Amino acid sequence: MLTILFDGIAYGMLLFILACGLTVTLGLMNFINLAHGAFAMAGGYITVVLMNRYGISFYWCLPASFLVTAILGLVLERTLYQWLYKADHLDQVLFSIGIVFMSVAGADYFMGGQQQLINLPPELSGRMDVLGVGIGRYRLFTVVVCSLLAIALQLILSKTRFGSRLRAAVDDRRVAMGLGINVPLVFALTFAFGSGLAGLGGAMGAEILGLDPNFPLKFMIYFLIVVSVGGTSTVSGPFLAAMLLGIADVAGKYYVPAIGPFVIYALMIVMLILRPNGLFSRGIGR
Amino acid sequence: MIKGIALGVAGLAAALTTALPVTAQEAVKIGLILPMTGPFASTGRQVSAGAKAYMAAKGDTVAGKKIELVIRDDGGVADQTRRIAQELVVNDGAKVLAGFGLTPLAMAVAPVATQAKIPTVVMAAGTAAITKASPFITRTSGTLPQYSMPVGTWASQNGIKKVVTLVSDYGPGIDAEKWFSKEFKAKGGEVVEAVRVPLQNPDFAPFLQRVRDAKPDAVFVFLPSGVGALFMKQFSDRGLPEAGIKLIATGDVTDDDILNSMGKPAIGTITGHFYATAHESPENKAYVEVFKKVNNDMRPNFMSVGGYDGMALIYNALEKTKGDATGPAFMEAVKGLSWTSPRGPVSIDPDTRDIIQNIYIREVKDVGGELQNVEIQTFANLKDPEKAEAK
Repeated sequence: MLTILFDGIAYGMLLFILACGLTVTLGLMNFINLAHGAFAMAGGYITVVLMNRYGISFYWCLPASFLVTAILGLVLERTLYQWLYKADHLDQVLFSIGIVFMSVAGADYFMGGQQQLINLPPELSGRMDVLGVGIGRYRLFTVVVCSLLAIALQLILSKTRFGSRLRAAVDDRRVAMGLGINVPLVFALTFAFGSGLAGLGGAMGAEILGLDPNFPLKFMIYFLIVVSVGGTSTVSGPFLAAMLLGIADVAGKYYVPAIGPFVIYALMIVMLILRPNGLFSRGIGR
Repeated sequence: MIKGIALGVAGLAAALTTALPVTAQEAVKIGLILPMTGPFASTGRQVSAGAKAYMAAKGDTVAGKKIELVIRDDGGVADQTRRIAQELVVNDGAKVLAGFGLTPLAMAVAPVATQAKIPTVVMAAGTAAITKASPFITRTSGTLPQYSMPVGTWASQNGIKKVVTLVSDYGPGIDAEKWFSKEFKAKGGEVVEAVRVPLQNPDFAPFLQRVRDAKPDAVFVFLPSGVGALFMKQFSDRGLPEAGIKLIATGDVTDDDILNSMGKPAIGTITGHFYATAHESPENKAYVEVFKKVNNDMRPNFMSVGGYDGMALIYNALEKTKGDATGPAFMEAVKGLSWTSPRGPVSIDPDTRDIIQNIYIREVKDVGGELQNVEIQTFANLKDPEKAEAK
């Protein structure tokens, strides 16, 4: 059943793009940002508006939704989030869940409560048969884009100067500052980048996951599962976790539909018992 | 001390002013409780728009009483619905309650209706059992058994032999699955598999693949309207139409409110329901016109007609009781009431207080650049089969 495997991978990839921004804020910046889904939703709505009202091509909508949500993230980070970096986790949770509710109400007010639909360019819709395996074109597109992003992300974090600054800032903020790294700037850029990724994920997910004002609440659980199973200290951890969950979810629903929805939760519990700090933890509880 | 007296006087004054208007005015207050925000906001939007369209068309007085519509938002949460219902009855002096977007919301209000003897008009929720919950509940939408059964009849008459059912895993979905399968099997069809999809389901891929691999002639679907649209796209993307699998469904899936934005994949879908914007009758033409005028060009769907007919029922019943809105008299007047709705002839079953109406089988077609549910067959004057069978 390679079709099921492929669908699972596509779904997992999408989860990864949606959740990896959260990995960055939660793991690297140690900030619990439940409002992550709100940025994803913003990206989705930007695509819907650009495509349906202004007729802009889907391919341009993707970078646009990345940029706009990244800027939105940057603005919010500078105006609101930065004051809570030192607050305890409960305050952060309350603050970010508040943002979620405001975004839900805001989306409902401006865009209406109905499900938003986009019409993909014809070359992305439908499916094709490759060696007897039915493959959805759009899912293939998702897999390609998301894999490229995952690779790029890993390279940025491990190979660039910015990546090493970020890791330094996370490991020890004071020493990093002492070495002349502009930590607030690094954090702001990272936050913006993470938000932008969420926006991109929301834009790409609108076709598969749907988009309505409750998006941030509906998917919060999935984000959190990916991050908690994957661990928060690397990119590859959440990536594998997202793959695992995507495939398990799709396969579970296909083979045992009666208990399908429970499969990922069961898997999460097992994973957390075996590897409480995530798949690839560095072994130190933060 | 002085402060205390002042407070007391103020309190008394407040009590007087709030107590007076209720008795002084010759008004009938209707408390319309709907999900105006949250995931089911589109239901609330359509139902309230339908109710407003009725008042715009027929005026706000009936039998010498002024009708006042008070719209409250329950956000789709049952305990809110119940609290609002109590407030409306006790504090605001509402004489009639109406609205109710979902089954649990209507069920939560049933005890309030019974205890306070308040006539309660269900305008949207569709599980069969609701009208059994209180003798003061009546309904102007429809029930799932009522409009899933005819789809079974149609399927068996149109060369469909093997069906997979796919429904949302909650009350209405199970109603739909049960009554479609029952009818379809009785007419000689075979249901090879019954798939239930969780209500909060992000991706239909695995379920659709399962349907595809079962190779049925058709798949029967019930999903709440917004999710239905998403399903439709994935259905065609996965190439099920090319694999020779027909999509038959309840009208919730091709909801007129969003049908047009579903695009090409929707064309050819067969659904059973009680109302389509494209229904051809002078009443409906007038309705669509007034609805669009009052609600800046919104397209009315089946929920809006539930709201419109709910108001029609209240007006007609008040006419009959000469303005008496007390529970027992009002409910007596409701029983056997009949009128011509935009959806066709409707009446209220005197035994069950549920609606008797035509169910139409429709096909999605492109009519002048707009997608419409075009009626192809009519099942006239159907009662709710679940309660009819119980007797």
